Amino acid sequence: MIRQDFLRIDPKRRANLDHKKKQFAAPTFKQQDYPHRLNFYDVPPTEEITLEQFEQWAIDRLRVLAEIEACSYRNKSAAETEAHLTPLLQKYLPLSSNTSSSNGAADQRLKIERQKDHYSHFILRLAFSATEDLRRRFVRAETMLFRFRFQRDDTREKRAFIESLNLDWEPVEDDERQTLAEHLVGATPGLRRVDEEAWYKVDWERVPELVERRAVFLYKGKAYVPGREQLSMIIAEFTARLERALELTSRALPRLDEDDRLTPILNHLSKNFGSAESVYSEGEGFVDGAAITASNIDQLSQHFPLCMRSLHMNLRKNNHLKHYGRLQYTLFLKGIGLSLEECIVFWRQSFKGFTDDEFNSRYKYNIRHAYGDVGGDVNRRGRGYPPYSCQKILGDSNPGVGQTHGCPYRHYSVDNLIGLLQSTGVHDKEVLRGVREDVEKMRYHIACNRVFESTHKTEIKRVKEDGSWNQTDLDTIVHPNTYFKRSFLLKQTARAAKSS
Amino acid sequence: MPHSVSSPVSSAEHKYDEVLPDAPQTETTSDNGDTNAPDNAATGGVKLEDLFNDDDDDEEYPASSAPNTQNPNAMQTDAAPAPGPEVDTDTMLAFYQRLFPFRYLFQWLNHGIVPSPDFGNREFALTLQNDAYLRYQSYATADLFRKDILKMNPSRFEIGPVYNTNPRDRKTLRGGQLKPISKELVFDIDLTDYDDIRSCCTKANICGKCWAFVTMAIKVVDTALREDFGFEHILWVYSGRRGAHAWVCDPRARSLPDDRRRAIAGYLEVVRGGNSSGKRVNLKRPLHPHLARSLEILKSYFAQTTLVDQDTFLSAEQAQRLLALLPDKGLNESLRKKWESSPDRTSANKWADIDALAKTGKSSTLNPTTLRDAKQDIVLEYTYPRLDSEVSKKMIHLLKSPFVIHPGTGRVCVPIDPRKAEQFDPLSVPTVTQLLAEIDTWDAEHPSTNAGPEPADGEGSVADSDARGSRRMQDYEKTSLKPYIDYFRSFIAGLLKEERGGKRERNDDAGEPKSESMEF
Repeated sequence: MIRQDFLRIDPKRRANLDHKKKQFAAPTFKQQDYPHRLNFYDVPPTEEITLEQFEQWAIDRLRVLAEIEACSYRNKSAAETEAHLTPLLQKYLPLSSNTSSSNGAADQRLKIERQKDHYSHFILRLAFSATEDLRRRFVRAETMLFRFRFQRDDTREKRAFIESLNLDWEPVEDDERQTLAEHLVGATPGLRRVDEEAWYKVDWERVPELVERRAVFLYKGKAYVPGREQLSMIIAEFTARLERALELTSRALPRLDEDDRLTPILNHLSKNFGSAESVYSEGEGFVDGAAITASNIDQLSQHFPLCMRSLHMNLRKNNHLKHYGRLQYTLFLKGIGLSLEECIVFWRQSFKGFTDDEFNSRYKYNIRHAYGDVGGDVNRRGRGYPPYSCQKILGDSNPGVGQTHGCPYRHYSVDNLIGLLQSTGVHDKEVLRGVREDVEKMRYHIACNRVFESTHKTEIKRVKEDGSWNQTDLDTIVHPNTYFKRSFLLKQTARAAKSS
Repeated sequence: MPHSVSSPVSSAEHKYDEVLPDAPQTETTSDNGDTNAPDNAATGGVKLEDLFNDDDDDEEYPASSAPNTQNPNAMQTDAAPAPGPEVDTDTMLAFYQRLFPFRYLFQWLNHGIVPSPDFGNREFALTLQNDAYLRYQSYATADLFRKDILKMNPSRFEIGPVYNTNPRDRKTLRGGQLKPISKELVFDIDLTDYDDIRSCCTKANICGKCWAFVTMAIKVVDTALREDFGFEHILWVYSGRRGAHAWVCDPRARSLPDDRRRAIAGYLEVVRGGNSSGKRVNLKRPLHPHLARSLEILKSYFAQTTLVDQDTFLSAEQAQRLLALLPDKGLNESLRKKWESSPDRTSANKWADIDALAKTGKSSTLNPTTLRDAKQDIVLEYTYPRLDSEVSKKMIHLLKSPFVIHPGTGRVCVPIDPRKAEQFDPLSVPTVTQLLAEIDTWDAEHPSTNAGPEPADGEGSVADSDARGSRRMQDYEKTSLKPYIDYFRSFIAGLLKEERGGKRERNDDAGEPKSESMEF
């Protein structure tokens, strides 16, 4: 079955080798000459490279991808990301445009750069096609890299590259454009006159990003895309093709089984990539010696980050939380070491307006599911879901009416956020001003960390001075459970210091 | 054997096909006489139901969560007692036996007459009378479907996606091999999401006044789906209590992957954020054509529903919230003074005050364009559809089937004709007890035509009862359910016509000759 799939590849891409007729003929492959700086990675590489190159190129690319992921993970702005990435790219994965050399695309240096880019991409494909999770992350990181480079490409080359892709875009005729002028202007932010742009008609499915933002005019299933929104369409196309290709790769992967040269390298690569996102390992949020029971959650909640604190306050106020709020809070509580039994007690006591029967039939199952006590095999084996990280909470859908989950820094209006902060005892004008600024620039992590640093000012100073905590212990917080743990431990040391 | 089952179905279908195009005209103009009594009973049911079932997101969650399987409800034994007094198990069974349109439901999901994987690999999820939840049920034919429903007698059931293989075989596959490949694009509107702006009812209760919110939501969403996305086969269904569902059945919509679904949901979502998010509608100018059009539709509703029927800004807090949405401090100050001095001013007056005071020019900083934009945002915040977007985003999300009974109210989940959405009155939707009574009344009045035994023996197949039904009157035709089923039929006819474009030869050739040999 696998063999069949593999053979179904476009004949042009296959080695031109007929086993019966030319048993001893040397294989001839379709060679690439890299006329453009960018690459859609449609044709796999076929030239020979050394094992050292294989590993080195892959590691270099992986470095870049991991940094890209880290940037998005820490919610850096576009400008910050650019400043961070440019030197890295220059060092590990340079890719110059045709104009940078007098010979144009024929220059040997450009060819080598592009070859490295091409080969390293395909090596990583092998390394990251094994599981669904790795595939998804790889696609995301590669797409970001592609977008980053595309935006920095010069206009003429960009156009040449797009033309080489052969996308079927139907241009909008002049008279149709005139009749739709009003709609087109209305749908396109920042546009004054329709004739500034060349317009294309495509099926709306091809530009989901624009549709979701309501940044394009739709009529009867066709999207009217202005020329400058090409980026969105090309990115979508890139992602779609890469996803499809990775799927194929994953099915062909078992054929590498017998290989003892590449497989170890590939395994090693995919393991290294694994560390970036899963900064939270099981049990990491547990605090030794803290008595974590249902009855003292109220008291502990002073150490909670704002997202959990607002959930807790809402719970106490309404004696109820909607589903996603409950889930976010339950997982957090699980993360700080509250046992399943205690957790059920906690929710039971918190939902005051409900009888035992109602509680058991409607809510208990979800709590047990979150702890992995019930549910499918996978869920049980994984002991339920891991506690949500900041990234997950920030990326999830906005809370709707009556819902309370999410991150207050991101999902509250600034005034409500400031009000909430003040109600939790943050009054320092300087801090609040800083928070306002951070939120405006969408640096939600920074805002949260700023608040943490201000509320634990004296303790942080102390541990820094007596050297009991080093810099890595005080790294930026990117997980609510880290917030709790650090806050709890800091106060603990402070109390110990006072009593001694 | 499958032939003998399928052929009479198709023959009967063929006959109906000819009737279909002019069927739908009789709509909701329901007789008001017989609604009163069941109404009272229903409100009782609503309250009881409310106890078990407050937010729908809870009960629907398992559908999109981990693929845990049959009967995950480990607390079955200590679960709440069987649903309200409105629908007991016998009534439910009688409804499935005599009234539920299995054949049309089959045709709707099968997209043809000959049983195909579109139906066979479709997931059904049954909620049994003891509240156990059975996922991954599937049926090869309409007949088997009916038989199983009669056997299980679920209090309701939901429809999921079509999978790449039969979902009953999922355990024989390696993990992750069962993949959804198509499902209707669905939307869910629920009046609980409007609780902060409706003053007449809360929670599960509804009245004609707040149903207007659903009506306007249907108008706006339906128009957008048709004009912008080019969908044509959109089935709107009353959810049985306080909301409505839309099923977009166009082939193009059914095969959309999740990210495209998310795009549509995002396109249609305007009111963002929870109670603490401040101003929840923040739109760029000029307005996107979809929003400009929606605003036109919603303006008159705002004037009637928000300002008059709901009188939303009457209370001090609501007026305060309105002020918070206006851009100019000076104007707000003078408005606040005016309203404080006369606390009983109606919403319409308050709304008019905004313009009146703005014209007097008391505030020097006021920019007329900003004010107009803010007012437009307010109109949208108070009237624009609030969709439960999670339902639309995932292909695997399960949604309650049309024509099942809502266990709390006893009302049938009937389709709503979007062209006549204003005429739809949720409180006059027939309840199951009422329908059964109507059959008895009809039978009593027409004793001669109803000589034969009832087709209510549990073993009677779909084909069987249908074959007889085509000669005799079917039970649903004796009741006020008829216009709804007729509408559903015409909807299916439209859908099948489009589907048949591609695969006409195969289906028709296979179906017809045999069906004739069966008839004679």
